[in-house]
Amino acid sequence: MTFGLQPEAGPVRMPAPVGDLSAHAGPPPALLFDHVSVRFGAYTAVNDASLHVGDGEFVSIVGPTGCGKSTLLNVAAGLLEPSEGDICVYGRSLEGINADAGYLFQADALMPWRTALSNVITGLEYAGTERKAAERLGNEWLARVGLSGHGERFPHEMSGGMRKRVALAQTLIRDPKIVLMDEPFSALDVQTRVLMENELLQLWTTYRKSVLFITHDLEEAISLSDRVIILSAGPSTHPIAEFRIDLPRPRDVAEIRMTPRFVELYHQIWDAMKEEVLKAYERNQRKLAD
Amino acid sequence: MSEISANLRTDAVIADPSASGRTAPGRPAARPQRRSRRRAMPGPIVLTALQAALFAALIIAWYALVRSKALPVFFFGDPVLVFQQIVSWFVTGEIFVHLATTLIETLLAFLLGVASGIGIGLWLGLSPLTAALFDPYIKALNAMPRVILGPIFIVWFGLGIGSKVALGVTLVFFVVFFNVFQGVREVNPVILANSRMLGANRRQLLTTVYIPSALSWVFSSLHMSVGMAFVGAVVGEYLGSARGVGYLILQAEATFDVNAVFAGIIVLTVFALVLDLAVTLVEKRLIVGKPKS
Repeated sequence: MTFGLQPEAGPVRMPAPVGDLSAHAGPPPALLFDHVSVRFGAYTAVNDASLHVGDGEFVSIVGPTGCGKSTLLNVAAGLLEPSEGDICVYGRSLEGINADAGYLFQADALMPWRTALSNVITGLEYAGTERKAAERLGNEWLARVGLSGHGERFPHEMSGGMRKRVALAQTLIRDPKIVLMDEPFSALDVQTRVLMENELLQLWTTYRKSVLFITHDLEEAISLSDRVIILSAGPSTHPIAEFRIDLPRPRDVAEIRMTPRFVELYHQIWDAMKEEVLKAYERNQRKLAD
Repeated sequence: MSEISANLRTDAVIADPSASGRTAPGRPAARPQRRSRRRAMPGPIVLTALQAALFAALIIAWYALVRSKALPVFFFGDPVLVFQQIVSWFVTGEIFVHLATTLIETLLAFLLGVASGIGIGLWLGLSPLTAALFDPYIKALNAMPRVILGPIFIVWFGLGIGSKVALGVTLVFFVVFFNVFQGVREVNPVILANSRMLGANRRQLLTTVYIPSALSWVFSSLHMSVGMAFVGAVVGEYLGSARGVGYLILQAEATFDVNAVFAGIIVLTVFALVLDLAVTLVEKRLIVGKPKS
């Protein structure tokens, strides 16, 4: 992918011509939200959201807290069916669980009664992989996420960062084409977080998954992504702007934050989302007052 | 003002025993407070000694009251005779067949109760329609004092082991059933979603998520289940039987031998404590991946 070439790369105001994409020649995008709405009873969580994630692209979705970011991700995972609109995976309308996708949850999703190794190979076990081969691959992945020798530990015997590594290995060992991430590092301390972000980028560079990454942390979004999509405050969340991040790769997430281009992008994006953040804040204040 | 601050400081000492020796050496106000700290929580050896002393005091008081005829020996027994009765049971070996019977009944009631509790708990937990259908009946059965089923079980299963096991099962079943039902209903939704994303089919979800999750709830109620099985066995024996510790007590009561009744109660108590200890040991081996509270 070649960005960083156009000097004027910056905000692309929504509504982007997403509809054109399906008609576009070339490979279909890994994920395509086509006018997706999600309603829970009378409450509209997501309203007419259209966006896409290209093959091998790292896209972040940023929005104020409680704006329905996770809802979008659950739709992409096939855990939640949209009330309206369609979700396409590599050009095919999704039905049931998205078998091409791995999902890294915000909360701990490891089974507390299984060891790290056993957790990592759960997906292989489901697929009926032979036990020995699965364990060999599992140990390889544990090493890849920096946990060799910790395979026999139970989740409660590990730190939050270690548990996230196990979860990452558990997701990636299945070699999914798409990885969905829901604020995976939000519970970690700042240092561990930077470490994990760098490791994630390294893994992404090696395996070139299509990533849809959800966060409320704008710095994290910019330093990791090819593209950042801003959501409006909920309810009736929808994308309001998207920005191409033309920072050179490979990146170091700690260092890149000091570069002038990063700061420039940060200001641009923050300007675009400030209003929505304030809206969400006011709504929360009102809720507290009631 | 200074008194208040001294109190505050000694409170801190109470909260942090490691600091006890080092605080406020030249502060007289702190000294009585420190003594009271020691009185509040003695060391483990002292505590055990105190507990033993309390036991001895109770027995001696019992003995004294009975011997001085303050209490009629016919109703309250004599601790010496009770002790002699226990010794003679064990020396003659008479007790062992009864202990074995009670133990077998307890174990059978426990195993069958746990198995049926898990099975039906899983079934109803996974099938909301069935659960809704059975809900009032389960509530009624649980509210019923089930010990009262004893006579019916004796009619159905006879005076042998069967009726005692049946009674124990009805007691154990509900403990396990409610735990499994709850466990299935409250399976961590994130773990469930994660497993689905990892490609689990329905059967795999059952074996790798629902059952382990429900079992961790069963383990948390092991003590209570074993206790219930034991209650079922003993009460069943007491209602009518030819063997078992409950039968010994029943017999002693029939001959107005209050010493043997007390002896039987003491043997049962010790038996229950040993059983509980065994459960603790099993529990330590079984519960490996302790769920986060």
